[in-house]
Amino acid sequence: MATDNILVLLEVTPDGHLAKSSAGLLGVAAGLGRAVALIVGSRDAAERLSKSASELGAAQVLLADDDSTSFVTPSVDAMECAFQASNPNAVIAGHSAYGRDVLARFAVRMGLAINVDAVDVTRDDQGIVAHHAAYGGTYNVTSAVTFGAPVITLRAGVANARAAAQPTVAENLVVPSSGRRSAVIDASEVSDAPVTSRPDLRGADRVISGGRGLGSAEGFSLVEQLADALGAAVGASRAAVDAGYVAQSSQVGQTGVQISPQLYIALGISGAIQHKAGMQTSKTIIAINKDETAPIFDVADYGVVGDVFTVVPKLLDALAAADS
Amino acid sequence: MKIVVLVKEVPDTWGERFLNLETGLADRHASARVIDEIVERGLEFAISWAAKNPGTEVIALSIAPIEATTNIRKALAMGADRGVLVSDEVLVGADITLTAQVLAAALTHTGYDLIVAGDQTTDGAGGVIPAALAELLDLPLLSRLAAIDVTGGKVRATHISERVTLSLSSSLPAIVSVTERFPDPRLPNFKGIVSAKNKPLEILSVADLGATIDVLESPRAILTDVEAKPPRVAGRKEVEDADSGKRLADFLRQNQLA
Ligand SMILES: Cc1cc2nc3c(=O)[nH]c(=O)nc-3n(C[C@H](O)[C@H](O)[C@H](O)COP(=O)(O)OP(=O)(O)OC[C@H]3O[C@@H](n4cnc5c(N)ncnc54)[C@H](O)[C@@H]3O)c2cc1C
Ligand SMILES: Cc1cc2nc3c(=O)[nH]c(=O)nc-3n(C[C@H](O)[C@H](O)[C@H](O)COP(=O)(O)OP(=O)(O)OC[C@H]3O[C@@H](n4cnc5c(N)ncnc54)[C@H](O)[C@@H]3O)c2cc1C
Repeated sequence: MATDNILVLLEVTPDGHLAKSSAGLLGVAAGLGRAVALIVGSRDAAERLSKSASELGAAQVLLADDDSTSFVTPSVDAMECAFQASNPNAVIAGHSAYGRDVLARFAVRMGLAINVDAVDVTRDDQGIVAHHAAYGGTYNVTSAVTFGAPVITLRAGVANARAAAQPTVAENLVVPSSGRRSAVIDASEVSDAPVTSRPDLRGADRVISGGRGLGSAEGFSLVEQLADALGAAVGASRAAVDAGYVAQSSQVGQTGVQISPQLYIALGISGAIQHKAGMQTSKTIIAINKDETAPIFDVADYGVVGDVFTVVPKLLDALAAADS
Repeated sequence: MKIVVLVKEVPDTWGERFLNLETGLADRHASARVIDEIVERGLEFAISWAAKNPGTEVIALSIAPIEATTNIRKALAMGADRGVLVSDEVLVGADITLTAQVLAAALTHTGYDLIVAGDQTTDGAGGVIPAALAELLDLPLLSRLAAIDVTGGKVRATHISERVTLSLSSSLPAIVSVTERFPDPRLPNFKGIVSAKNKPLEILSVADLGATIDVLESPRAILTDVEAKPPRVAGRKEVEDADSGKRLADFLRQNQLA
């Protein structure tokens, strides 16, 4: 039977809340049809999680118990069950480690095609289409599937659509185990516990990034000071991550996160092509670098050829002076 | 012990990369083709593990156009023992699930104890092939690894994601995907380059794999539109002076960015 359902796999954080990506995923789904959310979480939190999902726009919430020792497969089994229960027109999850692993296994199990790393999902006269920013945003690509429900992973932080709150309609799924082999989770540890109130890099309006030019972890605190003065998120080049100035989750670029904030300030970053691939679609780019030939200046709206250790403190002073 | 490393050839990220605006496929002749760096880290792990564990065979397996033999030779020069290239006209423009089906058939052909993939490529950036293979071959998946230890037929590894670090374990056979936390790859040395010439490199078509691959009977992903974005142009650039900080603050304020 044909339905108007869009099945959305939501992610539960280690501390038992819906991941930040949930609002955007449900926003996109509600724009395409009736958003049905699947949450694989602990039974104790089920009521609270369903309420959060309906507040974010889920017309229906399907709940499955988390078996916290098997890696990925319990969520794939739950997806299979939720797919049969909802018979959706499309399946969407975040393009995160979890979303990719679950949807890839699910798609091949069900014999469905997959569209990855979408920055938007819309509908045209042929059906549902995914939009992608390929090769660091130098190409806009549209993809679809030949038939069957498309299985789509959506890049974090790109969806602006938000859905209206819905009354909570929740249902517990009884998920039969597929018995597929899986790795065992022996221990888990929350990484990058948010120690500050800084915004998430993915989806932030303003991002201040630092590179090898900051010289040390202590030097890198200059990036954090400017970020806090502007209410911005902190990013970094791969060289800064490799040197241990900052956590890997802050890496912007080809093999890090790809972002398009309103403002991107690059401090002591040369602008290697792989770094630009993660930030060149930002609205306004400012670069401070002491080498006037640094390629970062080729994509900067405003470049200052100078030393970050003298320019940034003066910028901080000027911002503070204006505030008072 | 047989370790198969899944080698993907990609356009060199150091150069400009092109998509053919008519077919939507990567323009293979417009940019140099290299082994994706993440795969080289996987090769490095496999080759150094083999050096410490005699009797290990490292196989480099790729699906790519026939020209990719050059890059497979590079994997052999780094230290892999033999190469397998699946090259077939029907695979031009293959999507993720078709690629995974053919890789699964090729892996069944080579045999394996441990399959090593990259977490995510620098071109398609799907980051889904390893999980798809785990499902097709019914193998435990240990994805996005920062570290790995393979001892006594068991894999113990550290998985990193956006918010959590997991200690994972499984028995062999298993499939793993590595991240940039893995050590830098070695460069092939002269001895390696010379010996690579005599190492076996098998070239197979889909029919050779004895697999029936239904290119059109299953749903496939297709590109419906491709459009190049105009390149960005540089704006104002000035040399630091005593007022640089103040001018930057003014610029931010004028643009409602501070
Ligand atoms: C496959 C692949 C994937 C990659 N993925 C990524 C990725 O995702 N993200 C990424 O960033 N890189 C990536 N890289 C690495 C990339 O090629 C560069 O090595 C890296 O971006 C360089 O970082 P950087 O600009 O901080 O360092 P550098 O290139 O060393 O530049 C440091 C800059 O700081 C300037 N500087 C030094 N001191 C000061 C000062 N006091 N004040 C002002 N300026 C100063 C210097 O002039 C220089 O321009 C990748 C590479 C490969 C091969
Ligand atoms: C810009 C662009 C967008 C694309 N979007 C889609 C899409 O939305 N849906 C879709 O179905 N296809 C898509 N494709 C095609 C897809 O990239 C190819 O099918 C590709 O072979 C596998 O996907 P990946 O590069 O994303 O692999 P990933 O899943 O990122 O690869 C992870 C690892 O798997 C192994 N691996 C991957 N491919 C091969 C190979 N050919 N040979 C050996 N080992 C390999 C490597 O170890 C690699 O590091 C796209 C291609 C491009 C260039």
